[in-house]
Formats: sequence, C-alpha cells, structure tokens
Amino acid sequence: MIELLAERFNFIIVIILMMTGLYAVVATGNLVKRLVGLSLFQTSVFLLYITMGKVFGGQPPILPESAEGHGETAGYDAAAHAPETALADAGHHVEAAIYSNPLPHVLILTAIVVGVATLAVGLALVVRIRESYGTIEDEAINQADYAVDSAGKNA
Amino acid sequence: MIWSPEIALLAALIIPAIGGVFVGLLGKSPNLREGATLVASVLLALNVAYLVSVTGDRPELIYEIGSTGLAFGLKLEPLGALFAAVASGLWIVNSLYSIGYMRGNNEKDQTRFFVFFTIAIACAMGVALSSNLLTMFLFYEALTLSTYPLVAHKGDAKARRGAAIYLAILLGTSIGLLLPAIIATQYIAGSTDFTVGGLLNGEASPMLASVLLVLFIFGIGKAALMPVHPWLPNAMVAPTPVSALLHAVAVVKAGVFAVLKVSTYIFGTELIAAAPASDWLAWIAAISIVAASVIAMSSNNLKRRLAFSTVSQLSYVTIGAMIAAPLAMLGAALQIVMHAWAKITLFMCAGAIYTASKKTEISDMRGLGRLMPWTFGAFAVGAFSIIGLPPFGGMWPKLYLMMGAASTGQLALIGALILSSILNVAYLLPIPGRGFFDPAPKESLKKPGPMLVVLPPVITAAGATILFFLIGPLTDFLAPVFGVEL
Amino acid sequence: MDFLASLLPAHIVEHAPAIVVVVPLLMAAIAAILPNGKLGWAVALVSTVISALLAIAIVVDVQAGGVVSYAMGGWAPPAGIEFRIDSLNAVLLLLITLLGLLSVIYALPSVADEIADNRQSLFYSAFLVCFAGLLGVAITGDAFNMFVFLEISSISTYVLVGMGAARDRRALTAAYNYLILGTIGATFFVIGVGFLYMATGTLNMADMASRLPDLSSSRVVQAAFAFIIVGLGLKAAMFPLHLWLPNAYAYAPNFVTTFLATTATKVAFYTLVRFMFDVFWPEAAFVAVSFFWVFAVLGIVGMIVASIQAVFQEDARRLLAFSSVAQVGYMMLGLGIGTAAGVSAGMLHLVNHAMMKGVLFMALGAFAVRFGIRRISDLNGFARTMPFTSVAFTIGGLSLVGVPMTVGFWSKWYLGVAAFENGWWWAVAALILSSLIALAYIARMLAAIWVAEPHHDRAGAIASARAPWMMLAPMWILAIANIWFFFQPDFLISITNAAAEAAFAGEAR
Repeated sequence: MIELLAERFNFIIVIILMMTGLYAVVATGNLVKRLVGLSLFQTSVFLLYITMGKVFGGQPPILPESAEGHGETAGYDAAAHAPETALADAGHHVEAAIYSNPLPHVLILTAIVVGVATLAVGLALVVRIRESYGTIEDEAINQADYAVDSAGKNA
Repeated sequence: MIWSPEIALLAALIIPAIGGVFVGLLGKSPNLREGATLVASVLLALNVAYLVSVTGDRPELIYEIGSTGLAFGLKLEPLGALFAAVASGLWIVNSLYSIGYMRGNNEKDQTRFFVFFTIAIACAMGVALSSNLLTMFLFYEALTLSTYPLVAHKGDAKARRGAAIYLAILLGTSIGLLLPAIIATQYIAGSTDFTVGGLLNGEASPMLASVLLVLFIFGIGKAALMPVHPWLPNAMVAPTPVSALLHAVAVVKAGVFAVLKVSTYIFGTELIAAAPASDWLAWIAAISIVAASVIAMSSNNLKRRLAFSTVSQLSYVTIGAMIAAPLAMLGAALQIVMHAWAKITLFMCAGAIYTASKKTEISDMRGLGRLMPWTFGAFAVGAFSIIGLPPFGGMWPKLYLMMGAASTGQLALIGALILSSILNVAYLLPIPGRGFFDPAPKESLKKPGPMLVVLPPVITAAGATILFFLIGPLTDFLAPVFGVEL
Repeated sequence: MDFLASLLPAHIVEHAPAIVVVVPLLMAAIAAILPNGKLGWAVALVSTVISALLAIAIVVDVQAGGVVSYAMGGWAPPAGIEFRIDSLNAVLLLLITLLGLLSVIYALPSVADEIADNRQSLFYSAFLVCFAGLLGVAITGDAFNMFVFLEISSISTYVLVGMGAARDRRALTAAYNYLILGTIGATFFVIGVGFLYMATGTLNMADMASRLPDLSSSRVVQAAFAFIIVGLGLKAAMFPLHLWLPNAYAYAPNFVTTFLATTATKVAFYTLVRFMFDVFWPEAAFVAVSFFWVFAVLGIVGMIVASIQAVFQEDARRLLAFSSVAQVGYMMLGLGIGTAAGVSAGMLHLVNHAMMKGVLFMALGAFAVRFGIRRISDLNGFARTMPFTSVAFTIGGLSLVGVPMTVGFWSKWYLGVAAFENGWWWAVAALILSSLIALAYIARMLAAIWVAEPHHDRAGAIASARAPWMMLAPMWILAIANIWFFFQPDFLISITNAAAEAAFAGEAR
C-alpha cells in the first residue's frame, strides 16, 4: 500500500486538488470563489497530464549538433517516428538516448490557455452580474430572480 | 374520355380542396362564396358517382416515399366507394342546410366555417379512398385537425373547452393506440396495404391479433366505442350543421368505416373469428349500445340525446365487425349508409327547431310539431329508420346484424339489438309524438323556418325511405367484399 | 450539390477542410474591429457562405471517395493533427454550415433589435468564433484538438448567451452557470482523453481505435470511457446533465438560441457517437453495458421528464428548451439501441430536430422582434397579426409531435422500428408517451396562437405586422424543408445510414 502511494503520489495529489476544486464549485455561494474552485479543478488536470508525461532519465527532446546535417530533411520525419530511427539515420554519431516527451507539455500549454480564457470570461460575467444585481452571492441572486419570476406570473 | 379512374381518385381530394380555396377567396361576397361550396359539392358528387361506376376495376394510385418501404396511395373498392358516395351526396344537402342555418342565425366567421368544411370533406374522401393504413391514418388525423375549428366555432369558453376535449381524446387515442398498432402491423406484415382476405391473416397469431385488435378498435376514437366516446357529446357545442356533418357524414362515419375496413382488409373475417379479443369486444360494443341508449333517454337537451343515440348506433357497426360473420359485416356496412341518412335528418331538424324557435330542450318542444309540421314529420321518419321499422332504410342493417349474430350462435347479442330498438323508441318517438299530439305552444315561432333549413331534412328523410327499396343494388355492390350470397 | 462544389477552384478544394475552419476565425478578427453592426453582419454572412460552399465540396468528395483526410500543416498523422471527414461527420458539416447560414440571414433584424449598436460587430465576431469552433469539433480527427475546438465554441457560447443581458439580466446568471457546468464537462472530457493518451500513446482518434481493442481489460481505458461520456453527455444536454440548457436558451438573444438549438447539442451528440462507436468499440463489455444502462435508460427518462417539465412552463422559449432536452433523449435512445439502425435513427432525428427547432425558435424570435414576446400567454391571437410566422410555427410544432406530412414523423418511425427490431417494445411505448406529452405542450402554444383572443392592449395594433422578410425567408425555407423531406426522405436516409455505417466501420480496423 505504501509503495503504491509512493509510486503514484502524483495521482493522489491530482485527486486531492480535483476534489477540492469540485467541492469549492459546489459548496460555495460566492461566484468568484466558484471560479477559483473551477481553476483549481482545471489545474489538477494539468498536473495529471504533466506528471504522467514524465520520462525518468529523459533528456530535453532536442537533437544534438552532430546529427544536424542529416537532421535537416530527417527533422520532420523524426517528429513522426520514434527518435531511435532518426538516430539510426544519423549514422551512429550519437548514442541512443531517452528523450522527454514534449507532447503532454504542449497539450497543457493549450489547456492552460483555454483555462485562462474561461476564467477571463467567467470573471467578466461576474463583473456584469455585480453591476446588474449588486451582489455576487448566489443566494441573493436567486432571490432576485425568483422575485422577478413571481412578479412576472402575477403580471 | 379524359376522365380516367386514376384522375377521378385524385380529383375526389382535389375538388373539395380547390373549392375551399375559392370559398376563402370569395369570402367578401357571401352569395358567391356559398355558390363555390355548392359547385364544389355537386362536382364532387358527380366525380364520386363516376368512381362508383368503375369500382369493379379497382383503380389505384400509389406514391412510394423514396426508399423507406412506405407508400401513400389511393385505391378504390366497394366499401370505400360507398362511404365516399354517402359523404359526397350528403355534403350537397348539408351545404344547402348550412347556408340556411348560418344566415338564419347570423353566425359570425362564416368564411372560416365553409373553408374548413371543404377541407374536412377532402379528408373524409381521403379516408374513404386510402389504399393502406398509413394513408388512412394521415387523412384521419387531418380530419380531426380540420374539424377542430368547426367545433370551436362559437369561440366562447364553453366552445373552446368542448373542442379541447374533442381534440385531446381523438388525438390521444390515435397517436397513443392507433399509431402503435399501425407500426406493429408494418413490422409484422412488412406493409400496411389493405388486402383482400386480411393482411395479417396468416402472419399474426390469434393472441397477437387480439392485442392489435384492441389497439385498433379503441385507437379509432372516431368510432366512439365506450369509453372513448366522450368527445362526441362534448362536440355538441358546435353549430348544428357541424353536428350534422360530424354525426352523419364525415367524422363518425370515417371512424366506423375505418373499423370495418381494418376488420375486413387488415385482419380478415377468419382472423377476427379466431382472436379471443373479438368476443369480448363484441360484448363491449353491446354494452355500449345499451348504455348509450339509456343515457340518451335521460338527456333533456335534444342534441345531447342525439349524440348519445349516435354513440349507440355506431356500436352497431363495431358489433358487426367483431361478430365477423359475412351477414353481420354486411349489416355493419349497410348501417353506415342508413344511419348516415337518418341521423343527418334528425340533426338538421334539431337545427331547424333551434333556428325557428331558439329551443334546445325537449321539454320545451311540446306541440311545436303543429307549427313546424314538415320538420317534425322528417324527424319522425328519421326516428322510424333508426328504430328499424320498415319501410325505412334502417331496418336492413338491424336485420342483417341479427342474422349474422344468429349464424355464429351469439344469441345474447341479438337480445342487445332488440333491447336497443325498444330503447330507441323510448327516446326518439316522444319528440315527434309530443310535437304533434300535444297542444300548440302559446308563443308563436320567432320566425318561420327558412326554406333552406326545412327542405334538406325532408330530402334526407325521403332518401332514408328510398334506400329501403334500394337494398338489392346495395347488397350486390357490397357482395364481393363480404362474399355474401343472397 | 455537385454543381455547387464544382464552382470552386481545385486548389482551394484541396485545402477545404482547413479553410472551412480558418475563414470564420479570421473573419471573426476582422468583424471585431468593424465600427458598424451591419458590416459585422456582412462579414458573418460572407464567412458562412464560404464555409457552406466548402463544406458541400467536402461532402461531395466524401460521398464519392469515402474518407477525406487532411493533414494540418503537412504533418502526417498520427503524430500530426488530422482533419478527417467520413460519412459520419459529413452530416454534421452540412448541418452546421447550412443552419449557420440560415441563422445568419435571420440574424440581421433580430440582432439589430436586441443588441446595442456599438456591440453588434463584436457580437458577430463572437458568433464567428463559435461557428468556427463547432466546425472544428465536427471536422477534426484528433482527440485533444476536439477538446480545444469544443472549448473555443463553448467559451464563445457563454459570451453569446450573456449578451442577452440587455433584455433580461438573468442571461448573465444563465451564462455563468453554463460556464461552470460546461467547463466541468470539458475538463472531464480532457481527463478522459488524457487517460486514453496514457494507455495508447496517441491522440489521433483513428489510431486510438486501432490500438484500443488490445487494451480492453485496462482500467485506464474503462475510466477514460466513463469520463468521456460524462463530459460529452454534459455538453449534449443528456438528462440529468442538462440543467444549463433551459435558462441558457430562454434568456439568450433569439438569434443565439436559434443557432445553438440547431447546432451545439448536435455536435456534442456527434462526438459521443464518434467516441462510442469509432474510438471505442461496441463489443467491449464496458461499452456495451453503457448502451442500455446509461443511454437508453437516461434517454427515456429524459424524454418523459423533460417533456412533462415543458408542459408547465410559462415562458415560451424555456418550454421549447425543455422540449430540446427531451429530443436529445430521443437521440440518446437511438444511440442506446446500439445497432446501426438505432444510430441511423438517432442521426436522422438529429437532422430533423435541427430543422424543427430552427423553425420554432426563428418564429418565436420573429414574434419577439415585433412584439417582445416572452410568455406563452403573450402569444394569444397571433395568427391574425402575423399569419405567415404563425403557420411556420405550426408546421414546426406538428413536426415536433411527429404528425405525418412532416419530417418529424420519420424520426419517430425509424426510432420505433429500430427499437422494435431490438425487441424493446417498452422503448416504443415511451416514445409514444412522450409524443403525447409533446402534443400537450405544442397544442397549448398553438391554441394560444390560433384560438385565443388577443390581449386588449395589443388589439389596437393588430393591423398586420409582418415579420421582416429576412426573418421570414430562412424560417420558411426550414418550414418547407420539414414538409419536403417528408415526401422525399431518401437524401436524409441515405446520409444517416452512411453515417451509421461509418460509425460501425471503426470495428473493422
């Protein structure tokens, strides 16, 4: 059990963050705090991706100088095929190396941008809600809406 | 001749529709508008007469819908031709009557009234001439929708409520019960075509056929089998020409016609006889006959009494279809014709009484016959026909139904039919009886009945009498359907 | 269609999949800086027309060739991002572009009425971003790319919904709640994609589909499946994850509701089909169990509960929004039947529902433009004032119920037949029950329009106020389509059958 936790501690952290975030979304009545919870939730997913993409002993995914000449045309293909075959093309000038996987990081950059955009729109909505309702507490807003609804019914 | 049977089939739908367009366009000039209705009705009657004459060829017009395996179609066969003839013939009479009634009572929105009339007739033609269940369902639903504005015509809260119940029951039964039955038929038999001998005969087991039979019979809400009958008395909020149309020509006859057609061409007499459900459906119909007659007796409102009388008379057709003996089914088909002529007479008389004296309750009508002899005379003739006395047409369906019941050994059903006749006497005859034999009422009529309101019931009453003598040609016409040797 | 496709020069058609998405994005940027709302609208119109033409070209290619595969930036899949169009998403492409085009034509008077002048071009810009996002979701063959486009379309949707605040401030809370729920849904989806990446090492959906069958016992894959269907189910408004929809549709500007109701949930449904049948495979035990227990059951519950909720609504658009949830239930049932016939019926209903709801919401928008309609009781007696719009609304309503003569009948028919073939007669009963309930709420609205007496304060202004023709034209195109496709359903049936086959072809890999 302990070994499991030690080996997979990143997932534990991800789960804790995810649940904290979700709980914050559900439990709070304040709209901004809800957005904070959402951000927390999204951040946990970023951590999930990044930690799962860790290659132990991996080097930065950059082909070394000596393979450059062969790398010009092979460069693009290297991205598609396993690094080892590109190195084989390079003609044994470089030993076989383990590279870190850049893809999860790329994905997370994209996801971070998405998260930022979402947060921006969310906060903009909160600002307008504040302007319009005078409050950012869920309860008060629901009361105000309910009053409009009933007034509409009696109209 | 340019006029071929196929064109005539299509024309039966198009003539009323185009008539409706003209009626709508001519709304501003009432006389031209009424003229359009009459021209359309006469043309339709001529077209249908032509169709009746070519029934032997069984012309058909099928439109396949893409690759779905489903098709729409029109196909002529004796039952359908008969219904179409009844509907188109009575439309002429009803149109004359409507003109008189609407003007006599200064009803509003007359253009809307006449336009939807034509659409309803077109839909009734569609039901009569349909070649498969899908087409029939389509026109059946269109008939419900197009008669809704007619039922709600008066526009007040009471009318809207009655029309809402009308719509709810009819659409509810058709979408909830009839449509699943049609889908199941398509699934079991691969098509929904009306086939001689029965589409499901041989495809469905008696158990399955029983379930489907129940779905069909209660799904065809227009046949007003108890307990799906409440729409009928509720539809009495409509002006009387609409009631005459509903209870004689289009709606109810479309319902029982559909029942008969489904029984004959989808199930077939063998399958119905084999299915256990048909026995107790026949009993339900018998109970419906008697119960409705009893309710009729307790109604003081004339139209309501006639409505329940209709519920009762319609179940004759259902009982005949469920007995499934050839004579019984012949009786059921004849009932469609005879009852139509008799009931329209009764309703038109009710409308005439209302137009002339503004009276709707039977207790107020004592002695009125002395002031309106023609109207009450026609009523008496219609009543005799419904009771089943010779020399009026209504005798024949009763006779054949009883013979059919006897041939299958269901003597209790004969008892129900006889009881019904006695009850008919009890609730129908007092009206003309008291009308003629009680002393004349103190106040005179508000206005004498306009000719157009008095004449049509007399015509239809005469028709009911003449039909008595036409039994021979009628039976010959229907013989191929039921295989009856007389 | 072939003729339209042949109008375009070949080198553009070669890159059509990319251009279809890129053009609206670029035009969005242009629209954002335009001073005048009308110019913004013109830009939106041009952009949707271009996308529509290109989409038609792509669909023609697909019908001829089978699968169109386009490598973005020349990077070959499965490492590069691939835009992959087969018969399944060809349907979606057509739907989004054509309905987007009709909505944009409809938009000019509607938006001019509801959005402040200085914001209109920004509004159109947001619309174009949403349009591009939806097209991207439909067209992409890469799972993470799908997430990105999904979020692009969703974020712009939140903005669009929030723009309704000018008329009703509840649009803001509706947009906010939609944002929260939508983001949670998208995040669940991306968690699922992450698990799939962990298990298979690839993000390309076709590639995943070939690798997953070997991993069927892996917990990671099963967890991925669960996360993905919850996430996408939320976007598709599957019951009970539909809570964002009623308010969002009710308070957004009319044009937004029209566009979203016809495209957004459909795209999410497509992604569900794509994942369930193409990426994952129906024989896997964990997938097969979800057909019945998740999709069929929730579909039926949604159908009935949402329809009942619709009956009690006072606000007209909210009623139709609940109706949309119920209709999504129909599609889910088609999915849950799990056979090609079921998926085909679900896709057919997808297309038909877009047509039906398009007419209904457009008509409501037309009523609103003239008279500010909110509640059903406001609709009293409209048949006399705006007859064309009322008739179009009636056609849409009858189609929703499934009356023969309208295309909605075919959806119900094929769903019923597919359910029967599977032996699920109780599903047919549920289908009929929800149709009856639909009849109840449609009848209520139709009665208000055709039969009820108009309100007194409006009685003076009855003199016919036609809807602007730019609103009437797309409305009537859709209304006629509703009737036309009843009599000529072959086109729809062939594309939806092809779509279902394409979905099931994933197994063959």
